[in-house]
Amino acid sequence: MARELWKGNIAIAEAAVRAGLEAYFGYPITPQTELLEYLSMRMPELGRVFVQAESELGAINMVYGAACTGVRVMTSSSSPGISLMMEGLSYIAGTEVPVVLVDVMRGGPGLGNIAPAQGDYNQIVHGGGHGDYRPIVLAPSNIQEAIDLTMLAFDLAEAYRAIAVVLLDGSLGQMMEPAEMPPLRPLKSTYPDWAVRGAIGRERRVLSSIYLDPPLEEEANLRILRRWQQVEANEVRYKGYYLEDARFVVVGFGTAGRVALSAVRAARAEGIRVGLLRPITVSPFPSRVLRELADQVEGFLVVEMNTGQMLEDVLRAVEGRAPVEFFARLGGVMPLPEEVLDEIKRMASTPLSVDGHPRERWLQRMLQPA
Amino acid sequence: MTLADMETLVYARPASLTEMPTHYCPGCTHGVAHRLIAEVIDEMNLRERTIGVASVGCSVFAYNYFDFDWVQAPHGRAPAMATGIKRVLPDRLVITYQGDGDMASIGMGEVVHAAARGENITVFFINNANYGMTGGQMAPTTLPGQKTTTSPHGRDVETQGYPVRAAELISTLEGASYVVRRSLHDPKNIRLAKKAIRLALETQVRGLGFSMVELLSICPTNWGMTPVQSLKWLEEHMIPYFPLGDYKVHPAVAEIKV
Repeated sequence: MARELWKGNIAIAEAAVRAGLEAYFGYPITPQTELLEYLSMRMPELGRVFVQAESELGAINMVYGAACTGVRVMTSSSSPGISLMMEGLSYIAGTEVPVVLVDVMRGGPGLGNIAPAQGDYNQIVHGGGHGDYRPIVLAPSNIQEAIDLTMLAFDLAEAYRAIAVVLLDGSLGQMMEPAEMPPLRPLKSTYPDWAVRGAIGRERRVLSSIYLDPPLEEEANLRILRRWQQVEANEVRYKGYYLEDARFVVVGFGTAGRVALSAVRAARAEGIRVGLLRPITVSPFPSRVLRELADQVEGFLVVEMNTGQMLEDVLRAVEGRAPVEFFARLGGVMPLPEEVLDEIKRMASTPLSVDGHPRERWLQRMLQPA
Repeated sequence: MTLADMETLVYARPASLTEMPTHYCPGCTHGVAHRLIAEVIDEMNLRERTIGVASVGCSVFAYNYFDFDWVQAPHGRAPAMATGIKRVLPDRLVITYQGDGDMASIGMGEVVHAAARGENITVFFINNANYGMTGGQMAPTTLPGQKTTTSPHGRDVETQGYPVRAAELISTLEGASYVVRRSLHDPKNIRLAKKAIRLALETQVRGLGFSMVELLSICPTNWGMTPVQSLKWLEEHMIPYFPLGDYKVHPAVAEIKV
């Protein structure tokens, strides 16, 4: 199939349709609204369900209900709207029904702004909803990847009865790129043995997140944890660039990773042996490969569009075996390749410190420009 | 002819109810409401096609007592969950069973918009003028002057506002086709409540839009009264504030003969 120009939000919407999305529920919020708008036309055209909910609370609970019937369901939102969905997400996790969520992140906290940011990392990856669960989180850095990961999200959510999140920032939602859309998959015709669809000729089924008896809740927590271990064992995804001979490795996801790649290429052109590790699954986090790299490289540079949320996961993986530096732009300001290149050059030309926290050193550098 | 052959069964547990004894307090009218709904679903032969959405509150375990498929919603969100289910499975009967704290307080947004959309679901709204499950706190339906654990001197409307008349409020919405209030305090009213439940489910089966039956109920434990005193209190205090009646009957629903 030919490559066509697709806008990020619309590409994700169409990819979901092609993946067999049967019901979508959403609410307008910039910068993800095109997703909702596109599906308001596309879903009814195919005889599928589209409802504009009264709020993100409504949307996520409509998703919850529809997911209980065993069909493929999705909602999408942006940071403040995702906060509102956390209650529902926790219930969905506790009920162990598959759901796909798209978070097109914007600047925050609070109302923030509508510019691209990565401040929802902790809320999404380390769980904003109450209780003990982990979502699968996929972070594309271009439109083709957004399409492919949206398709994958449905498969993973179903395979592990989990929440699969496509986590991107507003710039990816808004930008256009050539990409290839996969063919339309047929809708499901069989449903899992837990699906609530009416007790026609069978025993009744109940789907719930309530386990009033603590030992039963403990059992449920363990069941979810064991399923997560399978996810960790089978589903870690990342992309490495120029890692073979790298003295330094930049780590960044999504748009930050993409900007970092430009910087890495520029540094290579200047003869600095630097590579990039771009986590595609930020949950499960590619800790093992980072640990392996830690024994081979002179240092890491974590680049994010937040104050160092993934940085903590990198530090945990590296376990102090190599110096880690940090660079970020915040509040909807995009990092520039030149800024990242300067950081790479600084690392290549000055001794690296392991004193204190990388975030502290970054703040110090910002206060005292070279 | 044995004695058993001569016996005629005149009263049995509806097929739509399970054998499980309920956790409801003695005298509580949840049991009556459950039975009426189960009887109507049996009579309409819809047990296998029904999906219930339980709420948070005393009726959180409703799914243990009805013998059909259920899901369990977060507090107040049952009409949104029901929307998701009904849109995917439009030929199933989808009901919610919600208390006053659940539907008329934390879940007001969800129920109002489900009704506004004309969502083809049925809401059973149990109004017992307090939060029962958590031990009798003030609800949006607590009467002026009524003592609860969070209105210990009686609900002061100056600081705690006025009770919400949910049926009247919902009835103003175009998408609502059948909205009535009934009471469970005596046999006559229980019979009328059953008729309303039937009409609400007929509304849904015929695709006529949103239906809601508000059922005035008692909470002897938290009200600190005997069941008999409670029934009397409902009649004397609740009905004057929450008048029984039909608040919205769409002409197409009015034509239904059952």
